[in-house]
Amino acid sequence: MTGPLLTVRGLNAFYGETQVLHGLDFEVAAGGITALLGANGAGKTSTLRALSGMIRATGEIVFNGLSIGGRATEEVARLGIAHVPEGRGTFSRMTVDENLQLGAMTRGDRAGIAADMERLYGFFPKLDQRRRQQAGTLSGGEQQMLAIARALMLRPRLMLLDEPSFGLAPMIVAEVFDILRKLNASDGMSMLLVEQNATAALDFADQAYLIETGNLVMGGTAADIGRDENVRRAYLGY
Amino acid sequence: MQQNVKDVPAVAMPDATAMKRRRIILSAVAITVAIILPFVVKNFLIFQLTLAMVYAIAILGLNLLTGFNGQFSLGHSAFFAIGAYTAAILMDQGEVAYYWTLPAAGAACMISGFLFGLPALRLEGIYLALATFSLAVAMPQLLKSSPLEPWTGGVQGITILKPDAPFGLPLNSDQWLYIFTLAVLIVLFAAAANLIDSRTGRAIVAIRDNSTAARSMGINVSLYKSLTFGVSAFYTGVAGALGAIVIQFVAPDSFTFVLSIGLFVGLVIGGVGSIAGTLFGGLFVLFVPNIAEAISKGLAGAVYGVILILVIYVMPSGAAGLVRLIGSKIARRTS
Amino acid sequence: MDLFLHQVLAGLATGGIYACMALAIVMIYQAIDSLNFAQGEMAMFSTFIAWQFMQWGMPYWVAFFATIAVSFAAGVAIERVVFKPLRHASLLSHIVVFIALFAIINSVAGFIWDFTIKSFPSPFGTQSLFGSGLISMHDTGMIVVTLILLVLLFAFFRYTRIGLAMRATAENPESARLVGIRVGWMVALGWGMAAAIGAVAGMLIAPVVFLEPNMMLSILLYGFAAAVVGGLNSPLGAVIGGFSVGVIENLAGTFIPYVGRELKLTIALTLIVAVLTLKPSGLFGKVVVSRV
Repeated sequence: MTGPLLTVRGLNAFYGETQVLHGLDFEVAAGGITALLGANGAGKTSTLRALSGMIRATGEIVFNGLSIGGRATEEVARLGIAHVPEGRGTFSRMTVDENLQLGAMTRGDRAGIAADMERLYGFFPKLDQRRRQQAGTLSGGEQQMLAIARALMLRPRLMLLDEPSFGLAPMIVAEVFDILRKLNASDGMSMLLVEQNATAALDFADQAYLIETGNLVMGGTAADIGRDENVRRAYLGY
Repeated sequence: MQQNVKDVPAVAMPDATAMKRRRIILSAVAITVAIILPFVVKNFLIFQLTLAMVYAIAILGLNLLTGFNGQFSLGHSAFFAIGAYTAAILMDQGEVAYYWTLPAAGAACMISGFLFGLPALRLEGIYLALATFSLAVAMPQLLKSSPLEPWTGGVQGITILKPDAPFGLPLNSDQWLYIFTLAVLIVLFAAAANLIDSRTGRAIVAIRDNSTAARSMGINVSLYKSLTFGVSAFYTGVAGALGAIVIQFVAPDSFTFVLSIGLFVGLVIGGVGSIAGTLFGGLFVLFVPNIAEAISKGLAGAVYGVILILVIYVMPSGAAGLVRLIGSKIARRTS
Repeated sequence: MDLFLHQVLAGLATGGIYACMALAIVMIYQAIDSLNFAQGEMAMFSTFIAWQFMQWGMPYWVAFFATIAVSFAAGVAIERVVFKPLRHASLLSHIVVFIALFAIINSVAGFIWDFTIKSFPSPFGTQSLFGSGLISMHDTGMIVVTLILLVLLFAFFRYTRIGLAMRATAENPESARLVGIRVGWMVALGWGMAAAIGAVAGMLIAPVVFLEPNMMLSILLYGFAAAVVGGLNSPLGAVIGGFSVGVIENLAGTFIPYVGRELKLTIALTLIVAVLTLKPSGLFGKVVVSRV
């Protein structure tokens, strides 16, 4: 594995006057999968939002050798960081097809876009059956898949995934992670994953960090973290 | 670190009694200044200040609806008109004393506001804005229409007499009307503050913040929304009656949608959801157009517009918002 | 019956004006998710620019397209200069700024071109269509142009990438940013397009109502009504709404006895409120489907 794709040093983030992140340091390796674990409200979502320039943040964020701190959300996306937000953020009044088209808004290669759409419909056959349906009428699992597919249309180098398992049945969760793993293997796409479902996340990721009230309290390989006594008791429940 | 966390709430939220005491002192000072004012300035300025208070009452009515209950209205000129005409007709044809016309105007508006609030229940945001705007546009036409002419006097309107000071008080009628309006204003402002602090008030605000949650808490959302519409119209109607008495004249074209828009501007400039802010709104609505005219006669509208935009830039949440901001900055510095 | 038909046709003719205005209103609603109260004044000002161009000797169609270009640029400029700094302000503050713009544009137009009524030429001629005496060439031309605009807009929003990006921006700005859409520019573009369509509306309307700074007051109101009745997110609904408002207004004025003429506007507005109460998102508005 080569050097890190994303390096974060001393990340602070704020909602208005309230500081929600306190000096986070972490990395995502090129081609690697990193998981951020923590309880509800620990600051996982805020971390992703800070990376995407959706909330005010200070500190150093280096992506692919480029400092991206303080950039507007759309410019971050244009650099190849696709963010699948909490609550999925699909365009509910638009069709599945249009959602995917929007995912490729930063690209100019018509042929490539069409090919990618077909490829993704191959990955997500359920979406393929609903191409002309309004996204708002899809089930929760289908919407999650659509959100991921839309993010992939950007051909990102790094994906930020905010609780992809939230509200989904275990079967679907397994399916979603399975597809993500395939994409990671085939395209070498890096991922930063935020999860409350620690079991699934540790199983999926190779690196993991634990976040508590806006501070990183532990970091290491997913296997090491999963073996830690305290993590097991607090987050894995055995 | 520990220390810090402890300090913050103490600064941000001084305890309720201290805040209440500060508010009472401030109000007392303001009222004293307001009472002295008519004895030191010219009659025309007294007249203008009286009108500013009238607008402030009308804006307060709008604020109860928009600021505290979250319902839009661009139709309050209609309630202002109903109040004004109720007062004028009662004085002109019924020879009712001017002070009795205020409750009558308020009641008439409360009923019409409540009734208008019923269909408005189904509308929100921009749709409610259009529906109320329609009411504002329709009102002058209704007042001019021939079936109502025997009472309204049609386009000519109604002229009424200016009341003199009672009990042989040594006041000219401008001064007396100023004092009278001030008294009404104080009563109505205190009543509004009490309403907002009450259980009912909390229900009204809860509906603004989240009507679904309010409903699940057992609040009868429909009833409260229509009632707020009624109370809001009551305030604006009383203001209309006062306005008729002060100006001594009502005519359909004084109550076009332009008045509604003026009240709306006063609401936003004063501060949405702030009772004291409406006073600033009233002053703004009355004086700024005159100032604009003084700066440039030909381009008065443009000057007014530019002032409006600049004011919104400087204080996007109104005068009340600005005062709050400065207050919290001072509080932080002194801590 | 002849009277009825005549009134329907006359209603369609005025309805064309409302439809045109409503289209411009819906356009900006798509871009900024709010009604622009200064839209009528913007259209009026554009029409004065066209008039001025023609005074300087430009042929009609050159002036027509030059005005559209100038208006587009002005629309973009207004967004960038006035509204961009207010991105985070509340909707109520935005409405106050619309009111301010209204006052500024109206007053400046009166200052430059004064308040006397000016006639504005029609490219279609004012004689009656096929000599029928029912509807004029200009009215017909106006309806045709409105329909062409509608088709163009439909195609733009449906089939172009920029159109798709604009729709996405209006529906969910945050998600639009996440897919890399430059939301600020989409909004500015929406303003430009709305100003351009407003200019077309103004230039088509001016031959009928004459050119003066207050020409758009009541038309804007009818345009709002039409757009809201049709559904604010539906350009087709706006056009149908415009024609129906025109017809209703004319029929009410003719056939409802006694109160008819005087209260024409009131009756039209009452009907609109009634429609809204029964169908709060407009006749053709899309009901947003969402799962909780």
